[in-house]
Amino acid sequence: MNVTRRTVLGGLALGGMGVASARPGRAQSRKVLRIGVLNDQSGPYRDVSGLNSVVCVKQAIADFGASAKGLEVEVLSADHQNKPDVGAAIARQWFDRDGVDMIIDVPTSSVALAVANVCREKNRAYINVGAGTTELTGRQCAATTIHWAYDTWMLAHSTGGATVKTGGDKWFFITADYVFGHDLERETSGFVTAAGGKVLGHVAYPFPGTTDFSSFLVQAQASGANVLGLANAGADTQNCIKQAHEFGLTSQARIAALLMFITDVHALGLETAQGLVLTESFYWDLNDKTRAFAARIKDKTPNNMPNMVQAGCYAGTLHYLKAVSALGLDTAKTNGAEVVARMKAMPTEDDAFGTCKIREDGRVLVPAYLFEVKKPAESKGPWDYYKLLITTPGDQAFRPLADGHCPLVKS
Amino acid sequence: MHAIFGIPAPLLFGQLLLGLINGGFYALLSLGLAVIFGMLNIINFAHGALFTTGAFAAWMLLNYLGLPYWYALFLSPLIIGLFGIVLERLLIRRLYGLDHLYGLLLTFGLALVIEGLFRNAYGSSGMPYQIPRALSGAVNLGFMFLPLYRGWVVIVALVVSLATWALIEKTRLGATLRAATENAALVQAFGINVPRLVTLTYAGGVALAAFAGVLAAPIYSVNPNMGSNLIITVFAVVVIGGMGSILGSIVSGFGLGVIEGLTKVFYPQASDTVVFVVMAIVLLTRPAGLFGKAA
Repeated sequence: MNVTRRTVLGGLALGGMGVASARPGRAQSRKVLRIGVLNDQSGPYRDVSGLNSVVCVKQAIADFGASAKGLEVEVLSADHQNKPDVGAAIARQWFDRDGVDMIIDVPTSSVALAVANVCREKNRAYINVGAGTTELTGRQCAATTIHWAYDTWMLAHSTGGATVKTGGDKWFFITADYVFGHDLERETSGFVTAAGGKVLGHVAYPFPGTTDFSSFLVQAQASGANVLGLANAGADTQNCIKQAHEFGLTSQARIAALLMFITDVHALGLETAQGLVLTESFYWDLNDKTRAFAARIKDKTPNNMPNMVQAGCYAGTLHYLKAVSALGLDTAKTNGAEVVARMKAMPTEDDAFGTCKIREDGRVLVPAYLFEVKKPAESKGPWDYYKLLITTPGDQAFRPLADGHCPLVKS
Repeated sequence: MHAIFGIPAPLLFGQLLLGLINGGFYALLSLGLAVIFGMLNIINFAHGALFTTGAFAAWMLLNYLGLPYWYALFLSPLIIGLFGIVLERLLIRRLYGLDHLYGLLLTFGLALVIEGLFRNAYGSSGMPYQIPRALSGAVNLGFMFLPLYRGWVVIVALVVSLATWALIEKTRLGATLRAATENAALVQAFGINVPRLVTLTYAGGVALAAFAGVLAAPIYSVNPNMGSNLIITVFAVVVIGGMGSILGSIVSGFGLGVIEGLTKVFYPQASDTVVFVVMAIVLLTRPAGLFGKAA
């Protein structure tokens, strides 16, 4: 490759956008399968996706035995900074210039939808794991999209439903003011009112950038609610929980953290997080297979156990590679929709989620686990955080196919 | 129960108080910025990162050395102040004669490097830091439930702000400092070591940021983004108060905290923009800021 001033400048510009590796010019010369991990690597969702997702994708390639099967796979990664325009621009460059064949992860629902459109337009496979919006398998579903570990309906149904059933019937929502927060609030409100509960109020706060939630917490307190519904994620959820304790809200209301990961529990500490009820589709200590998977990952990311998003990146990549090796590299490099159709046609099988089906709207039907966070005294060691309360099987955990209005689904 | 604009009065009082507490952080941070700008003419974009560093220092003191909050409250500003001296001697000193933009670029770059290092080492989720036992718990004020720690923050912020103001405006040392910014050569001729004075001023401003960082650590989780979330607002506060005006940054810090708090009740979606709306209005009517002297 000739290094000219232009390529150097181009590389610098890309570096500014967070693209970690880009090798223009070589893309067409050799037959290499390229996987792009696109997620937050510097902001509030870094620890719930970020570099750990990249590690999980690489683990999947190793576990699949790609090189032994004669398949050369390269992993690229980039930081979308939670901005839809940045995410879509990186996706375009990856497809147009760098020969990327599949994009995976993409947390932050607004970015996820923007990238889904680029993948549809370019006919490239798209496995979303990190985002929550049900639109990905609803009205905006695409033949190129698969949605892995969770979505807002599943969280609302599992965490919200269980909270109402145990007496939490007067809700106040603190909601991140973007598509994910509003989805989550709307769907949870639906379950609450359907079960006879009431929504007493809500506030939508600016995302990202809000760190002090005391004002909203005092409003929640004044409303007389007995459940504080947190329709947000990551560092925002942590700050809300921490400050709710500070303001004594926990004596009056229960906290329903509608999206919370084990990485958040780790950051809060059990002292603060104990007793919280939350939903994930993966926990490292579920069975021998999950423990074995987590043990393989843990050495590579010393400070961070995989959560359901990162485990989803592993499972998604593994399943994708199976489809690619069945169809051949040439198809994989030209027709993303066909690879995705193949993925839907066969059941998934991996250490993290076990055996699951993928529905025609792209939804992976993983089981939803309702966990309670252990008390400090119950925890036997680092990362021993969850007690399993309820398991919802995959075919009941997600929004019924007909309610999604996905255009791919023939009624 | 009385209602004001459809909001129950107790809720409104609660929000005013919370606004004051947040205003305390704004005041402490903008104070440091104002001191540095007023004396050194440097727009210190690294201020947010140094606030973060202050919080991290408190966390490290606790977790690596076992030193609790009360020690951190003094040690962390001291350590970060020393770090500030190194920064000033090695880097910032070279830019005094140049355009403001160079200082801005240097300190902005420093901020990115510092935050990036923390992010690499500790991730972005943040680390827990407990409220000291003596200040945990809360008092019921009738109209709201006030955590003791928040009350402590607002009082300390006010005391430190006023002490800094008094130091610069009312003491001999402050007079020397102000004279040095007016005419460095003349003050030097009186036998005063002006470069050392400037270094110490930078260290002092930075120590204020670290102090605010320690105060913030138990409220927010200690994470690499905590400073960049605040710094833009704090710059707006400095501009509104008048660049370099000590009293201006204290008054506008607390005032904007209150305005922001009220916005969170009436229209929460706008709570992150209201400060900038105020800034635009102030700049249109008083270009030098509320307390600034017209150039």
